[in-house]
Amino acid sequence: MAALWALESRDLRRVIGDGEAVPDGEVEGLSEADLLELHRQLVLLRTYDERSVVYHRQGRIGTYAIFWGHEAMQVGSTYALEREDWIFPSYRESAIGLLRGLPASTILSWWRGHPVGWWNPQDWNVASICVPIGTHVPHAAGLAWGKKLRGERACAIAYFGDGATSEGAFHEGANFAAVMRAPVILFCNNNQWAISTPLSAQTAAETLADKAAGYGIPGVRVDGADVLAVYEATREAVERARAGEGPTLIEAVTYRSAPHATADDPSAYIDLERVEEERQRECVGRYEAYLRRLGLLSDEAAEAVRADAVQLMRDGIAAAEAEPPADPSLLFSHAFAEPPASFETDLAELRRILG
Amino acid sequence: MAELTLVEAINDGFHVELERDPDVMVLGEDVGRAGGVFRATAGLRDRFGENRCVDTPLAEAGILGSAVGLCMAGWRPVCEMQYDAFSYPCLDQLITHVGRYRWRTGGAMAFPLVVRMPYGGGVRAPELHDDSPEAYYVHTPGVKVAIPSTPADAKGLLAAAIRDPDPVVVLEPKLHYRTMRGDVPEGEHVVPLGKARTVREGDDLTFVAYGSMVPLAEQAADALDASVEILDIRTLKPLDEDALLAAAAKTGRVVIVQEAPRTAGYGAELAAILAEKAMLDLRAPVVRVTGYDVPYPYWQIEDAYMPSVERVVDAARKLLEF
Repeated sequence: MAALWALESRDLRRVIGDGEAVPDGEVEGLSEADLLELHRQLVLLRTYDERSVVYHRQGRIGTYAIFWGHEAMQVGSTYALEREDWIFPSYRESAIGLLRGLPASTILSWWRGHPVGWWNPQDWNVASICVPIGTHVPHAAGLAWGKKLRGERACAIAYFGDGATSEGAFHEGANFAAVMRAPVILFCNNNQWAISTPLSAQTAAETLADKAAGYGIPGVRVDGADVLAVYEATREAVERARAGEGPTLIEAVTYRSAPHATADDPSAYIDLERVEEERQRECVGRYEAYLRRLGLLSDEAAEAVRADAVQLMRDGIAAAEAEPPADPSLLFSHAFAEPPASFETDLAELRRILG
Repeated sequence: MAELTLVEAINDGFHVELERDPDVMVLGEDVGRAGGVFRATAGLRDRFGENRCVDTPLAEAGILGSAVGLCMAGWRPVCEMQYDAFSYPCLDQLITHVGRYRWRTGGAMAFPLVVRMPYGGGVRAPELHDDSPEAYYVHTPGVKVAIPSTPADAKGLLAAAIRDPDPVVVLEPKLHYRTMRGDVPEGEHVVPLGKARTVREGDDLTFVAYGSMVPLAEQAADALDASVEILDIRTLKPLDEDALLAAAAKTGRVVIVQEAPRTAGYGAELAAILAEKAMLDLRAPVVRVTGYDVPYPYWQIEDAYMPSVERVVDAARKLLEF
């Protein structure tokens, strides 16, 4: 493995070994069915991501934020949640709703800029995709706090990147959550790059998990390419949250081995050798090797899982493309519960001009 | 009816609305133990508990951002920004999320939150305790904005804001928190959003104002030897356009009084509407009397900044002679 940045591996939890010197561990309480379901979900997200890049190149979706290599962080963490728990995704987790059954066509429509891509968060307990960096962290804190005040059991998880930890909204949200002892998990996918800004230019802290100390909450580090370690760390954070012990900051460390988005060319700023090395230890392949060592995954089974995911994407893009064009009246439909009189005038004028 | 100061009327409104609806909660800096630096939330913590009147960390974006999440958990949060200019950190949340989230969910989720704050100058305070930031809020899609000018309206507009299904920003004229007393209906009292108030009727010219400029407009009208119609806008968004056009048509001469800096202020919007829709009713140009396009000044010279009776009278005389 390539040399890590000096503190990249400090206190990094791992479960999956390398098949050689590092032995495999296991997570207590996960059945074989669980292990295979985790695999299905990893493949689902990987397929979604790879197909989306293709769809973008074909002009079928707009600019797309790639999450190749982030699947283990998303799958491992959400697997530790229950359906009542709320997920607050950033654009890097745009497809995380798939893990709750949100249709692929909905998310693809979001990336197509079609209004049917705007889902009802209450249907899935998945908040809307947050585009500005870190500003959804206070939302997760507020929701978790609000549920707690109502005596409900639900907790919340907010996903953000390493760059977001420099934002005021992250700080205010984390501090708020800690003070209110809100049952929330602050999940940082530290892929070490914010577009072209490396982590070393982002923070002078040794690790991002260290920031937790400033809020009086635990900060844990986990290998972001190890789905089982992510699951286990998140499960512990959820237990803490439900026990009334407040938030946990999880720093999942990985390396961004794909462009930030379809509009980005990282060759201008990134070490491509390092990227190539990281691609060799990407999370889906590592987990499949782990399952094979346990004798739980055959070639046929892996192929069947992949075929299902590909079919889901084919159906998803077909459904998204079959949507009739959105009516311009939608401009005025949802800004207010009771639209002001001016909206009616504006729409009438627009209709006259559009003919 | 009870005779209350403007801030007492707000406090009374809070007690009524928190009693009426157990989902209403108040959060902000010093709102609980201290009852607010202006005492607007006095007694709420003792009466309704620390979970419904919450002292928060000093984090305006955190307050409003948390309120978004509280709405998603079924609460109706009322956020206090301690002063007008302290609200600027919350603009990020207001613009990127508060005004957009209903739209973003295709209308599926409601965000019935209130942001309220004392605003305006004339109180001999340090820098950044004197701003009139209404234009920032009015310009944000998905957000309603109200500014009361009397104790009764302060209570009634707050109630309407709390009960409204959409986010509402309420700016309260702090100059008149304790200097203005008035009759306030007891118990539930709601002044609907989107309805202007005719302060007095007149035939010669029309003053259009809101908030702390309404009493000023009344003083200016008293100083004139003319019959003056005064319209209190009360809700800046949605605007009661019919009332504005009617008040303008009645006299054909309009002075708009606004404390905020002139350029792209709310008065400019009112003037533009009159230019678009009242051209044939006007007998003179629409004139604005506003603050100047400078940072709100040191208080030793703030009176020179604020629109004054003399400036309003001067503008009125020019229009009457036009």
